[in-house]
Amino acid sequence: MTRNIDLDSHDISDKNYSRNSQKFLNKFKVSVGDEVKIVTKKAEFFGIILPRYETFSDKYIVLKLKSGYNIGIEIENIIEIINKNVDHLSKKPITKSDPSDNVPVNDDKNSRNLFDKMNSSKLLPKILLISTGGTIASKIDYRTGGVTSLLTASELYSAFPELSDYGYIYPEFLFNEYSENMNPHHWSALADRISFAISNEHYDGIIVSHGTDTMHYTSSALSFALQNIPIPVVLVGSQRSSDRPSSDAFSNLVGAIRFIKDTRYSGIFVCMHHNTSDEVIACHLGTRVRKNHTSKRDAFKSLNGMPFALIENSDIKYNKLLHNGIQRVNISKNFTSRTAFSDKVFLLKFYPGFSPSFLENFLQMDYKVIILEGTGLGHVSKDCFPILEKLISSGIFVFMTSQCIFGTVQMTVYDTGRDLLGLGVIPLSNMSSETSVVKAMWALGNNTGVDDFVRIMKTDYSNEISNMLPLV
Amino acid sequence: MNLDIDKLNVKVGFEIHQQLSTSSKLFCSCKGDGSNDEGYDFNFIRVLRPTKSELGDFDKAALFEHAKMNSIKYYSKVGYSCLVEADEEPPHEVSKDALETALLFSLALNSNIVDEIHVMRKLVIDGSNVSGFQRTMLISTGGYLEVDNFNKIGVQGICLEEDAAKLISTNPLLKEYGLDRLGIPLVEIALDPISGTPAEIVNVALTLGRLLRSSKRVTRGIGSIRQDVNISVNGGQVVEVKGVQQLSQLIKVLDYETKRQYGLIKIAEEFKNRNIDDSFIGDKIEDITSLFSNSSSKVIKKILKDPDPIINCIRLRGLRGLIGYEPVKDVRLGKELGEFVRFFGLGGVFHSDELPNYGITINEIDSLKKSVDVSSDDAFIIIGGNREKISNLLEPLIKRIIQFKYGVIAETRSVTLDGTTIFSRPRPGSSRMYPETDIMPIPVDRNLLDSLKNKIPLPWNELIKGIMKKYGLNMKLSEQIFDSDYYNLFERLLITNPTISPTFVASKLTEDIVSLSRNNLDKDLLTDEMILDIFNRLDKGLITKESIILIFEKLMKKDCLSVEEAINSLNLTKLDDTDLFSTLDKLFDDNLSVIREKGPNSMSVLMGKSMAVLRGKVDGSKINDYLKHKLETFLNEGSSPSPSS
Repeated sequence: MTRNIDLDSHDISDKNYSRNSQKFLNKFKVSVGDEVKIVTKKAEFFGIILPRYETFSDKYIVLKLKSGYNIGIEIENIIEIINKNVDHLSKKPITKSDPSDNVPVNDDKNSRNLFDKMNSSKLLPKILLISTGGTIASKIDYRTGGVTSLLTASELYSAFPELSDYGYIYPEFLFNEYSENMNPHHWSALADRISFAISNEHYDGIIVSHGTDTMHYTSSALSFALQNIPIPVVLVGSQRSSDRPSSDAFSNLVGAIRFIKDTRYSGIFVCMHHNTSDEVIACHLGTRVRKNHTSKRDAFKSLNGMPFALIENSDIKYNKLLHNGIQRVNISKNFTSRTAFSDKVFLLKFYPGFSPSFLENFLQMDYKVIILEGTGLGHVSKDCFPILEKLISSGIFVFMTSQCIFGTVQMTVYDTGRDLLGLGVIPLSNMSSETSVVKAMWALGNNTGVDDFVRIMKTDYSNEISNMLPLV
Repeated sequence: MNLDIDKLNVKVGFEIHQQLSTSSKLFCSCKGDGSNDEGYDFNFIRVLRPTKSELGDFDKAALFEHAKMNSIKYYSKVGYSCLVEADEEPPHEVSKDALETALLFSLALNSNIVDEIHVMRKLVIDGSNVSGFQRTMLISTGGYLEVDNFNKIGVQGICLEEDAAKLISTNPLLKEYGLDRLGIPLVEIALDPISGTPAEIVNVALTLGRLLRSSKRVTRGIGSIRQDVNISVNGGQVVEVKGVQQLSQLIKVLDYETKRQYGLIKIAEEFKNRNIDDSFIGDKIEDITSLFSNSSSKVIKKILKDPDPIINCIRLRGLRGLIGYEPVKDVRLGKELGEFVRFFGLGGVFHSDELPNYGITINEIDSLKKSVDVSSDDAFIIIGGNREKISNLLEPLIKRIIQFKYGVIAETRSVTLDGTTIFSRPRPGSSRMYPETDIMPIPVDRNLLDSLKNKIPLPWNELIKGIMKKYGLNMKLSEQIFDSDYYNLFERLLITNPTISPTFVASKLTEDIVSLSRNNLDKDLLTDEMILDIFNRLDKGLITKESIILIFEKLMKKDCLSVEEAINSLNLTKLDDTDLFSTLDKLFDDNLSVIREKGPNSMSVLMGKSMAVLRGKVDGSKINDYLKHKLETFLNEGSSPSPSS
């Protein structure tokens, strides 16, 4: 079991104190995790040496006192450190029994064996939980001092033992990335893993734990890569780290499981808090969702309409407007998996004062697509027209989305829009700029023909474009 | 029974929590002075779950809280709480002001300030902290406080932490909290355990409180200072009593806990005498619901009305007579267990030593004994209620009974209004602490410490000497005004109204308000703004000195809601001299017979009669001067002088 964080894990203790302080610790033959007495010029302290965040000043040793408080002791003030550990062989500080030892599921194999033995009278969904990192699976990292994705999916499961009341969860670790470090290669790997599960394993649904920052890009990517998917795949994140009692991780996860158990629909979804309360979880369509707040629990909002479903305490309310064509398909014969992505797509946000000469650079680079995030109905300054024309005639596709976030790009209303259309700029309706980028990467990665590419971009593949925006 | 405190070796350790008066909260820019509850703007609901410490442990206290966890509703008011309190945003930097104050207290108590301060999260999942933890940081360790009758009392540590949210209401399904208080900075000072008479111990708390107040950086009034008291007898386990707000309550708590702990030690001795093994406790637990299906006991009937009810009997082998054993008045195992199960939302327990009673018949008990196989040496407990509640309770309850074998149980108790204590949770351990990763450690700057040296709060006697000298007050009044809730107001008043005598202001703000409060008038109705207004009017000569206590009384009685209203209702508009003198002349003439009879001694009669008519409208000294002069002239000349002389 390696669930305890990891004072005893081999690679941390050596790395955590940088050279100067590590030397100092070596001098007194003590290391991270040791129980020590530190004598300083002013006082004596008893406690356990803790790792220190690498980014912090090198002048201090961190000690956890018996009271539980941590303090930093300046190396300069230390006269002596005495190691209180009698038995050096078992020097890890974690010797107390761990209440979660009773938790039956600790790794993938165990869980499978366990579920086989479990009383299957409960009608609980069988769910693959793929961990990719992020706050939902985060803990304190002494290397950086911040919250970091250290928990694997199985660790997450052991941290939330009650999950077993909601479903049979088969946790699996795919990778451990902050979501800002995710790139199209990760999307492909994730899509391939899910595709394999669809074809070869029998789950009622799949949950992907994901960092929130780019979760809506990943949900778009999966929506395009995995067409006609026969089961629901739900991406889940948490805005407040799971190391805090108030974390939204658990309720988002439970919301996702309940959705999978309840729903007749399949597709790619995102489950997050609907508002700041822990009561309603919103389930969004993967191509229609956006992170709209840096820290709040309800940062994710469906664009241009209500969420696909609201998972409330007693039941799940579905948004009737969005149900067409996503009925759960029981036979997976229409399922197609096209998981390649090209990175030759550039997203460019226009702003007052934007210098058109910047666009000249694209003539020298090998970007094939520029997604413009224009103003209002889909505009950029007329100063940009000449170079846009040059770019388009050189073979670069230029698409228009709006930085308004909500609403549809309509370029026939004003002269500017009409002129841009005349230059060959292609409007992308009410597809969000983030979804548009991902779609372009996918279309480019899986198609070659020019006409085909433009047609794909303008066609609704996965609810990314709507012909009718509700008045909400 | 008279308990010999010396023999019991009662040790008392204080943890004082003092709210600081900073312009903002500890980790955000919201107002730090709490709101006046004039409605909230927004509310939301959360559920908390325990998490592990960075050492990988669950905290006992946290798990305990979780076992009885429900939803929590929080109320927020714009300006008094923001995304930080709602745990929707990381904390901002530590308030410099608050940090400086904590450092000053450390310097004043000769405590060793740590080289680098680390903000910690202390798990608190009862709902009083939205995040599920209280942010706290150790500022210094060691040091001492000098108190009369003690040498130096050691300081264990000084922490700076955030205050918890304010409980608005609680019921088994929902707790409600207001967020305005959450995050207000608190300094926690823990003292070494001491022994002494209750009066001496109270004096320690008083001395420390005074030192803090002398910084003028703390809030005053009820709730702004809270004492947690750690009490142990005979070197046994420490019981922490939380939330003692007044010193008068402290004496009661000490008395109650000493008795209780002594009683528990006696009960443990009896356990030992009987050689009770852990396995004897709850070795048999039976569902006896059916035995009681026709019971005429009201309590049983009520239990059976619960949704999905169950009545369980727990056998306690060899404990006959011990549950009701009362070594000290009102200290019984039965009482302790009742308190414990009430905490889980049950009404209480029945036990063998008190039955038959409560409408439970001897026949019912006999069939119960048969069914659960209870011998004449054995005791039993009956608990009933909702099946799930009972099943959650059984294990903790049995553990709890086993713990009594070992005497006093280390736990946290809360204080009741009458100064007794009730169980609130197990004592938290160090595993409830883990680092607040959103805030970088704070190195303590030597330059900062040097710059604080001349701001260190003065010891009590020096401070009082300073007040005596500055304002010309006597010692008693200096102490009274400083100890009162009005010292800051007193200083403010004298700056804005420099012509008023400090002694006069101090006596009004202490003696008058205290005497009115003793008559059960509410001093909280008299706001600082009202007091400022009243003295302002005095300074301008609009009202008289005598009228002040009358206005206080009107306001504290809630007869009037504003100073203006009080003055009007008392008819206190000041008389001008012409009206005054003609009133006095008339009064003088009406009493000529007394004056002739008593001569110079008639002055007191005249004053009494004048004040009865003129109190509050004219300065007494002015009446006195006028009458004295008039009387002297009259007695010398044998006739009444004209008013104009």
